[in-house]
Amino acid sequence: MFEKLSGLLAAFACICVLSTSPVVAQDSKAVDLVQDLGSRSYSKIIKAVNGLAATGVNGVEGVLNAYLSRNLFVRKSDKRVVFAKKTDSQYRLFAPLTRQSLGTAKRSDLTKLRLNNRLRRTLRAALGGLTLRSSDPAQRIKAANVVFKAPKASQVSILKKVLAAEKDENVRPVIERSLAAAVLAHGATSKARAEAVIVLGTYSDPDVSARLKSLLIKDSAGRFAEKEPLVREAAQKALDEIAERVAIWDFIGKLFQGVSLGSVLLLAAIGLAITFGVMGVINMAHGEMVMIGAYTTFVIQEIIRTSAPAFFDVSVIIAIPMAFLVAGAFGVAIERGIIRYLYGRPLETLLATWGLSLILQQMVRTIFGPTNREVGNPSWMTGAIELDGGALLTYNRIWIIVFSVVVLVLLALVLKKTAFGLQMRAVTQNRRMASAMGIRTGWVDAMTFGLGSGVAGVAGVALSQIDNVSPNLGQAYIVDSFMVVVFGGVGNLLGTLFGALTLGVANKFLEAWSGAVLAKIFILVAVILFIQKRPSGIFALKGRAVDS
Amino acid sequence: MSMTQSNGPFSFLYADKGGQIFLAILFGAAVLVPILNLVLPASSVFHMPTWVVSLLGKYLCFALLALSVDLIWGFCGILSLGHGAFFALGGYAMGMYLMRQIGDRGVYGNATLPDFMVFLNWKELPWYWHGFDNFAFAMVMVLLVPGLLGFVFGWLTFRSRVTGVYLSIISQAMTYALLLAFFRNDMGFGGNNGLTDFKDILGFDIQANGTRVSLFLASIVALASCYLICRYIVSSKLGRVLIGIRDAENRVRFLGYRVEHYKLFVFTLSSLMAGVAGALYVPQVGIINPSEFSPANSIEIVIWVAIGGRGSLYGAALGAILVNYGKTYFTGALPEAWLFVLGGLFVAVTLFLPKGIVGTVPSFKAMTRSRNSRSETAKTATGETDG
Repeated sequence: MFEKLSGLLAAFACICVLSTSPVVAQDSKAVDLVQDLGSRSYSKIIKAVNGLAATGVNGVEGVLNAYLSRNLFVRKSDKRVVFAKKTDSQYRLFAPLTRQSLGTAKRSDLTKLRLNNRLRRTLRAALGGLTLRSSDPAQRIKAANVVFKAPKASQVSILKKVLAAEKDENVRPVIERSLAAAVLAHGATSKARAEAVIVLGTYSDPDVSARLKSLLIKDSAGRFAEKEPLVREAAQKALDEIAERVAIWDFIGKLFQGVSLGSVLLLAAIGLAITFGVMGVINMAHGEMVMIGAYTTFVIQEIIRTSAPAFFDVSVIIAIPMAFLVAGAFGVAIERGIIRYLYGRPLETLLATWGLSLILQQMVRTIFGPTNREVGNPSWMTGAIELDGGALLTYNRIWIIVFSVVVLVLLALVLKKTAFGLQMRAVTQNRRMASAMGIRTGWVDAMTFGLGSGVAGVAGVALSQIDNVSPNLGQAYIVDSFMVVVFGGVGNLLGTLFGALTLGVANKFLEAWSGAVLAKIFILVAVILFIQKRPSGIFALKGRAVDS
Repeated sequence: MSMTQSNGPFSFLYADKGGQIFLAILFGAAVLVPILNLVLPASSVFHMPTWVVSLLGKYLCFALLALSVDLIWGFCGILSLGHGAFFALGGYAMGMYLMRQIGDRGVYGNATLPDFMVFLNWKELPWYWHGFDNFAFAMVMVLLVPGLLGFVFGWLTFRSRVTGVYLSIISQAMTYALLLAFFRNDMGFGGNNGLTDFKDILGFDIQANGTRVSLFLASIVALASCYLICRYIVSSKLGRVLIGIRDAENRVRFLGYRVEHYKLFVFTLSSLMAGVAGALYVPQVGIINPSEFSPANSIEIVIWVAIGGRGSLYGAALGAILVNYGKTYFTGALPEAWLFVLGGLFVAVTLFLPKGIVGTVPSFKAMTRSRNSRSETAKTATGETDG
């Protein structure tokens, strides 16, 4: 925390040191140039106007506007150029750039600055390019976008100069785009305009597409809006390129959404895969373990919010082990209290755990109320990366994908590399043999159930970041998680991963085509039909028993 | 389940003492309820208000639904967590008939389109709504739609030997998919709100006392006849095979029986009965909406059966009535507590009453009897020990 802060301070100090001296130099130069506006020679004035515009100093816009509206004067006494404002019989004087008060004067003490039409044009052009030269990059982007919307012929040369001078990598493309639009609208030769169209074709935003499409529109007489065939050809080509690029980005965006949904499903289903795979127990209260994890996150965040707000950003990290412990403890209690009496009767287990899920839901509803609870995103999980085609990759979704991979890897390590994992797999393969080899199957069952529930709790932490935390949170995911487990094959992490990703991605791609609800129905029906073909999932465990 | 020497059409009932009592109670209710409601004046203490008649009728529909689940779960080991779907489909078929009966008395006064279609700016009746103004056609649909879905679903699953929890899960997925589908306005079944505001049935005002009592009687007749059908099936040779499938499916298959055919038959029959229950339910409660498809509802049906006692048929009906009475009571008196009670019932029944109420009472009797007889033998013949 402190490192971050001090780093920020250092950076700020650097900016100050670097920027102060040039600013001062620019200012004094600008003051000299303002003084030049009082010259008798038009050519000198025009030079001064363009020079002022090039400085990018604050207040230049005001000076030029004042000149246009004829509020600039020369004070006869010291030949100083001043900004004057009429009040009653007197004129109040200000320094043109800083608007510092310079006292008052009579009209007879002042001479109005000279102005002719050529100068007016120069002033207007300078004003148009002014914000493009602003020292603030955001201002420059804004100005360039304004130009893009309605480019004027006079702006072409300004944009060219600005573009040559622009160093900021974020601003350059925006200015380049505006320049291309301006050249397209006012370019002298069709070749130059066609080239501008090609430059525009490298941008994917809808505004550019609309601009290019407008070139190809035919009017009622069958004439194209754009007369030059060269430009039309270029526009068609650019549009095709844009469409192709947008399709690719769109695909990537959908893929991301699908993988994101898949990772959520994976988190929700992975605990179920463990309990069902190892113990053959269908835990209908699994969704409630997810819910408990989400509410644990809520409680921890509330505690941190009230007692130590500085640590808000790490509340989610604290919540992960806590949710694992709380949900895991619930899991062990459920196993010891209920499920162990029902082994070998999977359908009864299903009913008992369903009853349990009702009790847990009502319990949470009684304690926390039936309404949604607000769980905030920490700052490092807010925001998004915007793709070229307009698709958003939000950071919370990205983190959840990362998180689900971490959970999957950790679980795989527990199953493959620890003594507990070995015992668990032994019990999965042959319970009685494992028992004969001295494994306490009852203990393994309790720990396995605790592990599965704990992972569900961890999933709840993740879900609290993207979904509403309400007593029905678990219910929303239970059918989906079952689909994942059944589809991927039970007792198999790889199968669960495969099932979750397939269903997630398929769902998102169908959704674009048919709408969210129909997509979900298609997926459900597809899984039902799929089960017919492979009754124990894609990655079925191989065994010899007839009755499994 | 012991078979008696069969002579006479109802010989299968001879050994079924619980069933006889059950049918007698149904008959008694069929006589008593109309008298209490229609004959006695409203001022009388014994007068039964019409809403109570409808409430009882609703319980009977649930009892029929539970009976259909018990037939497949108690006798064939198929735990369907999607039976609410068949119930709801039967209900929707009936609801569509009742919607068509409204005619131009709806809010918008449109003679050809139900209100919600006018609201959605639909111009003409979708093809699948045609024919539902005919009662006979609607009744055929009440049977056909759930039956067809049950047949197709069963054919797909049993043929590929999907059993146990897998079947439970995909039956749940089926009803969930239907829930999502019926929530869509585009489906043409009223979306979220479902079908309601019914006016009359077969020309009789649906709110009238006489209609309500008739619907109640129809529910009793349906329940009693379905009970007889179920009892007949489970006491026949077919029933023996079903029980064999429940207890050891593969052995039955190895003996040469086509297990999937038996399962498919009984599953389809069960879905038909669930459809009938739904069709009787809708006019008595006055609404059908997609929430009937929710997986939670279907699981609740199973708990009715489990509480009453699976594999006894009348136990399922008893369980349905008891649990729903409890629900009516608790949601009125202690709405917060209902889910605790229902959840607690699920846990307690599976842990402590695996045979349900009707299964536990006789075994409790047998236990006390054997204890008594043992103490008697201990008194009279000391020294002798039984192995």
